[in-house]
Amino acid sequence: MRTTLGRTPYHVVAGGLAVIFLFPLLWNTWASVSEQPGTAQDSGYGLGNYRTLLDYDAGLWRYLLNSTVVSGLTVALTLGVSLLGGYAFARFRFPGRNALFLLTLAILMVPYATLLIPLYVLLGRLHLQNSLIGLSLVLAMFQLPFATFMMRISFEAVPRELEESALVDGCGTAGALRRVLLPAVRPGLITVGLFAFLAAWNDFIAPLILISDSEKAPLPLAVANLRQQSMGAVDYGATEAGVVVLAVPCLLVFLLLQRHYVRGFMSGALKG
Amino acid sequence: MQVKAPDRTAAAHRAGPEDRPARRPRTTGPLWRSRTLQGIGYAAPTAVYVAVFFVLPLLLVGQMSLSDWPLIAGDQGRNAPENFTDVTDSTLFWPAVRFTLLYTAIVTVVLLGLALLLALLVQESRPGAGFFRTVYFLPGALGLASASLLFWGLYSPTTGPLSRTLEKLGLVDDPVSFLGTPTSALLSTVFLVVWKFAGFYMLILLVGLQRVPHELYEAARMDGASRGQIFRGITLPLLRPSLALSLLLCVTGSLLAFDQFFVLTKGGPDNSTVTVVQLIYREAFQRLNLGTAAALSILVLAALLLLNVLQFRGLHRADES
Repeated sequence: MRTTLGRTPYHVVAGGLAVIFLFPLLWNTWASVSEQPGTAQDSGYGLGNYRTLLDYDAGLWRYLLNSTVVSGLTVALTLGVSLLGGYAFARFRFPGRNALFLLTLAILMVPYATLLIPLYVLLGRLHLQNSLIGLSLVLAMFQLPFATFMMRISFEAVPRELEESALVDGCGTAGALRRVLLPAVRPGLITVGLFAFLAAWNDFIAPLILISDSEKAPLPLAVANLRQQSMGAVDYGATEAGVVVLAVPCLLVFLLLQRHYVRGFMSGALKG
Repeated sequence: MQVKAPDRTAAAHRAGPEDRPARRPRTTGPLWRSRTLQGIGYAAPTAVYVAVFFVLPLLLVGQMSLSDWPLIAGDQGRNAPENFTDVTDSTLFWPAVRFTLLYTAIVTVVLLGLALLLALLVQESRPGAGFFRTVYFLPGALGLASASLLFWGLYSPTTGPLSRTLEKLGLVDDPVSFLGTPTSALLSTVFLVVWKFAGFYMLILLVGLQRVPHELYEAARMDGASRGQIFRGITLPLLRPSLALSLLLCVTGSLLAFDQFFVLTKGGPDNSTVTVVQLIYREAFQRLNLGTAAALSILVLAALLLLNVLQFRGLHRADES
């Protein structure tokens, strides 16, 4: 340690690593707007590759809409179920409480791929195969262990007196939840929503298996297909533009809500 | 898992304001009943969700693994244990298992080593530490499929910057094919995964480092301990829970690798980078056999449960000693 970290100036090591970490992101963004033979942008700088994306198959707007719908539904479902579940596990006693909590956490123990094959059949029986709603239901399920744990500890951290005074004031438990507890657990909700959004926006294998219609593909699947389907010459430029469109919302959301993201790590909820 | 034991005194509070003087849970009466029923009501969405989308698929995958189940035609009745023997007899199975294990070993060592270095580098409140933390984590906000698509362009022998730079520097004469041989494809994928996940594991280790009391460092420094001694004697032992968690997540995640190989190498060259989960996908959607895909899924599940039990036991024993 002394010989390596001690003598080399900290800024040289940390800065050098920062360059390596940033380079792929910066290069990809630059390449997406710069001149490349064999792409729509074959001379000078410009947005040709992005225009290719707009016209590809069902069109960029369609895929963005699909991704937005899936991410929105997944976040809403995860928040709704884990808010009520977290409240129940933290504040109520009922038969089967611990068993249900452990069973929810057990979702973490089962590999993603193991569940996707039967879910493919099951969604078919529920007429939710090849549907964005079915996909969102599945994606939200994989968020439940983290979300339920996070909401449970968020509710447990709220002083009990707060809820009791609301109950004395004549609120039912639903009223106490809405008026008093909801604002108190908001940081937990933001963390859960952030994790659910990033997971849903970026997921690849679930739509690959559950969505067969290219019109309904979320953006990661559409960009991967764009690359595979172009016969002969590969369109690197359009792929690079696609990566930019995929990355920008994630990076923005992460940079804005960084504090809430880190809380997910501090909570112990990742100790699965 | 960190599961809190139910707190009995807290439960007494929970029964409602009227119970407070007695501090005893009421087990009869309308108030208890309504409180219990309300609890069940709030937990109902979770229960239904877990039952329909987790327990039911688990039972179904078991049934499917024992049945002749073509993708299009559906259930054709029992054929056990044919799916399992089909899977283990397949020429791709053992190479995929070996490759997945090799990939997991390499990624785990490189990734956790680098993550530890990053965490130590940015743990103290040195100027710019917050900035560097954010930078190292940024690739983690991307999806794995997006990152794989990005590196697919980066590694391109024709338009990628790496090959062109090497050519311009005169280090190579011909364009470099980073994904062209089995070894280079594996190492290129490892590099992508390390880039994408190093910041994630750095965050987990940073949380662990923050739990080390500052006084311990100061006391050791006063006693004249060297940096190496402090690292081995204080940091590493106290960091063990975070390292164990990182190890578990990293090993599990790598054993289930899919996106990076599906997008970046497509299993090639010559099927040299086919992972076990890719094999599940091939069985189901290229060979159109959900029965063998389910059998393979069950084998993966069994392997992971075994791994979890072993790791849990290992940790338990280490805690006792």
